[in-house]
Amino acid sequence: MEQKSKATQAVIQTAVTFAKTVPIVFGVLALASLVTAAIPPKGISEALPMESSLGPVFGAMLGSLAAGHPVTSYVLAGELSAVGASLATITALIVSWVTVGIIHLPAEAAILGARFAIWRNVICFVLAIMMAYVVASLMSLAV
Amino acid sequence: MPETKERSSVFRKALRAWVFLFAVAGLFAFTALFNPAVVSEALASFGSLLTRIIPALALVFCLSFLANLFLEQRWLSRHLGEASGLRGWALAVVCGILSVGPLQAWYPLLGELKEKGMSGALIATFLYARALKLPLLPLMVHYFGVEFTALLSLCIIVFSVLSGLLMKNIAGFDGSGAGGNLAR
Repeated sequence: MEQKSKATQAVIQTAVTFAKTVPIVFGVLALASLVTAAIPPKGISEALPMESSLGPVFGAMLGSLAAGHPVTSYVLAGELSAVGASLATITALIVSWVTVGIIHLPAEAAILGARFAIWRNVICFVLAIMMAYVVASLMSLAV
Repeated sequence: MPETKERSSVFRKALRAWVFLFAVAGLFAFTALFNPAVVSEALASFGSLLTRIIPALALVFCLSFLANLFLEQRWLSRHLGEASGLRGWALAVVCGILSVGPLQAWYPLLGELKEKGMSGALIATFLYARALKLPLLPLMVHYFGVEFTALLSLCIIVFSVLSGLLMKNIAGFDGSGAGGNLAR
């Protein structure tokens, strides 16, 4: 009996959490879809000088702003690589695409706290650029 | 009396979330007046995202229910809290790599766990480790080769721990409940 009431309590607790968070998650996803449709990441990548020495920074910026399935980042990175973007640039793009989320920031901030969300995204942005240089350096040693 | 206050706070938070969702719907309607093609593309993309997120949300609902049912605050603090040690870091990395579905689907569960005592640093580690997507590795190998994929995967594991350490040491997110918004 006690176990049953504990289960009911757990269901209510979970449902309350979802009622508070799921509308934010859906709203942010819809917003991300709208922004991506209005400003496609490919258009941004064409506007930025991805082949320059600051390519990794621009790659990380593009990945941070973009939203969508990670596979899209592979396709975009492949296209950028074909037109001369460095390995560091495409690494920064792929990593920041999945670790930094500017469009998803409102959902993360609402659920995990604004301070946490901002710090995490700033740290992940810097780490994406760092990792890009590390991967590119190690790959050049391997060749 | 405190229970009434608590309920009204929960109600206010839920209301704010729904208002946000309706505001986004309003933005879609407003944009449709000027550029219906963009809205149609956005709706198609949102539909495809929903098909991916709904199964993940169902899984997260079940995990959240189980966490509410079985996880005691003390147990969670010991295994995923500030003092969880190496085992906590390893658990966060492995769970991050194995977690499926879009990132947003995991926020409700992470919010719950944070309230129960999971350290902010380990949440950051979990979120970073999600960058290593096991089902997509063959595709990455196809695009960028085995060496790059292996190196990137290894770097993601190392950097996921580094991100947690930076959150702990620079941003001060070592303890639990640091700034979480799910408090009832």
